[in-house]
Amino acid sequence: MATHHANAVLPDEPEKATLEGKNKILGFWLFLGGETVLFGSLFATFIALRDQVNGGPTGQELFELPLVASATLLLLTSSMTAVMATQALHKKNLKQIQVWLTITVLLGLGFLGLEIYEFTHYVHEGHKISSSAFGSAFYTLVGFHGGHVAFGILWIILLQVSATKKGLTVVTAPKFYLASLYWHFIDVVWVFIFTVVYLMGMIGGKVG
Amino acid sequence: MSAHASHAPKRSGLWDWLTTVDHKKIAILYLIAGGLFFLVGGFEALLIRLQLMYPEASVVGAKTFNELITMHGTTMIFLAVMPVIFALMNAVVPLQIGARDVAFPFVNALSFWLFFFGGVLMNTSWFLGGAPDAGWTSYPTLALNQYSGHGVDFYVLGLQIAGLGTLIGGINFLVTIINMRAPGMTFMRMPMFTWSSFVTSGLILFAFPAITVGLVLLMFDRLFGGNFFNPDAGGNVVIWEHLFWIFGHPEVYILILPAFGVISEVVSTFSKKRLFGYSSMVFATALIGFLAFMVWAHHMFTTGLGAIANTLFGLATMLIAVPTGIKIFNWLLTMWGGQITFPTANLWAVSFIPTFTIGGMTGVMLAIPPANYQYHDSYFVVAHFHYVIVGGLVFGLFAGLYYWWPKMFGKMLNETLGKWNFWTFFIGFHLTFFPQHFLGLMGMPRRVFTYLKDQNLDVGNFISTIGVFGMTIGTILFLVNVAVTAKSSKRAPADPWDGRSLEWSIPSPPPEYNFAQTPLVRGLDAFWIEKMAGNKGMTPAEPLGDIHMPSPSFLPFLMSVGLFIAGYGFLYHNYVVVVIGLIVTFACMIARSVKDDPGYHIHEDEIEDKGVKA
Repeated sequence: MATHHANAVLPDEPEKATLEGKNKILGFWLFLGGETVLFGSLFATFIALRDQVNGGPTGQELFELPLVASATLLLLTSSMTAVMATQALHKKNLKQIQVWLTITVLLGLGFLGLEIYEFTHYVHEGHKISSSAFGSAFYTLVGFHGGHVAFGILWIILLQVSATKKGLTVVTAPKFYLASLYWHFIDVVWVFIFTVVYLMGMIGGKVG
Repeated sequence: MSAHASHAPKRSGLWDWLTTVDHKKIAILYLIAGGLFFLVGGFEALLIRLQLMYPEASVVGAKTFNELITMHGTTMIFLAVMPVIFALMNAVVPLQIGARDVAFPFVNALSFWLFFFGGVLMNTSWFLGGAPDAGWTSYPTLALNQYSGHGVDFYVLGLQIAGLGTLIGGINFLVTIINMRAPGMTFMRMPMFTWSSFVTSGLILFAFPAITVGLVLLMFDRLFGGNFFNPDAGGNVVIWEHLFWIFGHPEVYILILPAFGVISEVVSTFSKKRLFGYSSMVFATALIGFLAFMVWAHHMFTTGLGAIANTLFGLATMLIAVPTGIKIFNWLLTMWGGQITFPTANLWAVSFIPTFTIGGMTGVMLAIPPANYQYHDSYFVVAHFHYVIVGGLVFGLFAGLYYWWPKMFGKMLNETLGKWNFWTFFIGFHLTFFPQHFLGLMGMPRRVFTYLKDQNLDVGNFISTIGVFGMTIGTILFLVNVAVTAKSSKRAPADPWDGRSLEWSIPSPPPEYNFAQTPLVRGLDAFWIEKMAGNKGMTPAEPLGDIHMPSPSFLPFLMSVGLFIAGYGFLYHNYVVVVIGLIVTFACMIARSVKDDPGYHIHEDEIEDKGVKA
């Protein structure tokens, strides 16, 4: 029903042009509010259990800054490319959106690759979900975030593929906008994970 | 757009109900499913009371008793009263704000099916090796593998699936109320039921993720060898208590606020007066919603958080009595000087006020930490929360059902049967739970399956069980009433109660598009204003035209079935089944994302055919 030449009639800020689009954006912000409570609960659990290593390796022994810093760099850069995609959305330029989202997905995949490598590495060193309360809390918090990244990658790829047929319309524009909102959210969560899990973990010893 | 289909897809019978995205039909689905679970939970309660009727009885035995109390609490809270609340919210909120549907009709259907399949999954545990038996609060370490049966896995997975449905339902109603109000329907002109649904939805949004995390952690401990709650490996059981009650306390306000909303509507309608102190009611509702998140640790006074924490949480709890008191006095002052009539709906509503006040008072008693140490884990607590949940919420739900039944089904419930229903249930309720206060003060602990004779517990327990027969008869009379009403051919008028809000300005039941023309709202009690001005109906805010409707869809049902299947995979450690179930769910999600729903149009001439004029 929509054509590739619809750009000429597409309104400004096409993601907010319809009531459906506005509803989706508001609903998604609220959803992210719920996600904040979800991750907040996971962080609280992690902070309560992070010193309970049960004789296994501590965070101080496990974590390596270069690896985690590279993962952080990849993910934070992907947040910027997601912004570029939204900018392109506001310019109503589908080609640019696709380019920036592809870069975002590649950076996300890089991040996931590093995380999978990191997890297998830890398991070899005896840090497992079943080895200690620290292990359970670590894999649940960081794994939940990793799962969110994986879901985001699949979602963005799906949107990209279907947009090649549908083009940029008032129906597809909110979807791009929301995917980018979601991506920023999981980046913000990572900033907290990097700080609370890794940086505070590397300082070592009991805090407070 | 030209590609839109111009006619409603013809669907009928079961297929229509499985695919509907109409909020009015989803309301009926919620009511039926919630009603069925209410009967299951009620039957469990009956067995519990039969076991406790005489000292040292052996009606069901200790193991089954533990399963019964766990499933009674869990079923009633998550699978009976919450769905009936969602039934009323679905039936009424879009009509009260002058909308044609909720913001996300597809998601609305998904909410229902997720709740339904989560509930079914949990209840199949009765036939698959035993129901959950660790109490509805499921505290570890009791709820860990070493001390509890397979049933707790059903609790963990069933509640996750059902909770997801509730969470997205909450988001849906928040967006609906913020974005879908008719012209002129400002926030401070919204009916109280809509306001209370709004605050309740906000509480759902921020409370349910906490229990989801708690359930995930418990699942990891039980199924994947996690150590969150295993003290031997450094785990900490108090984390569960915090997560459970950070959800659990807001949950009781999620339950009671919609009842407050119903009472406000019913009392005002049957007093023929505008609700007294409307703005203070709104303020009180919002304040209760806010304080709901500040008091969770009053469920944990005996955990040992320390005197300072207990004092602060005790004081915060007592603060809630202030906005609640504002509400009680506003209802009384609404009735003051009104032309009060007492159809069944108003009997429920007016009896709610003193009954709930008793429950609120024992709540303030329990909020005092040193006194709480005495009442803790005794039947006094059982009496308290049944006074607020049954005497408060269930009375409110009955009031709402009698009040809105004509709007939902187009027929009036029988008033004679209704009064029998009310009096048997009301007397039965007080007979059951009033003696439990004293049983608790005499030292009878919660969750015990029997007691010894001649310890001053015999009479109280006997009377309590007799009371349950009264509530059972009341419930059966309600079912009889529903059957009699369904058979009767008498149609309900559009406005049987001389109502005040927008839902009464359209036919009973409303056509699928609700409002032929979106109404223009000129003040609080929008329909009443027009009636007093001598107008026949609402002034339309738009010309008559084609109405766009969303298409029905089978995907919400399939998505929920996928998670249902995956749930069994987790229960039996069969990961092939898990993957199959998740593939079903994700395939439906992909299908929904890729295939746009063009919807269909109802033509202008078809609208007039259906006779919108009330």
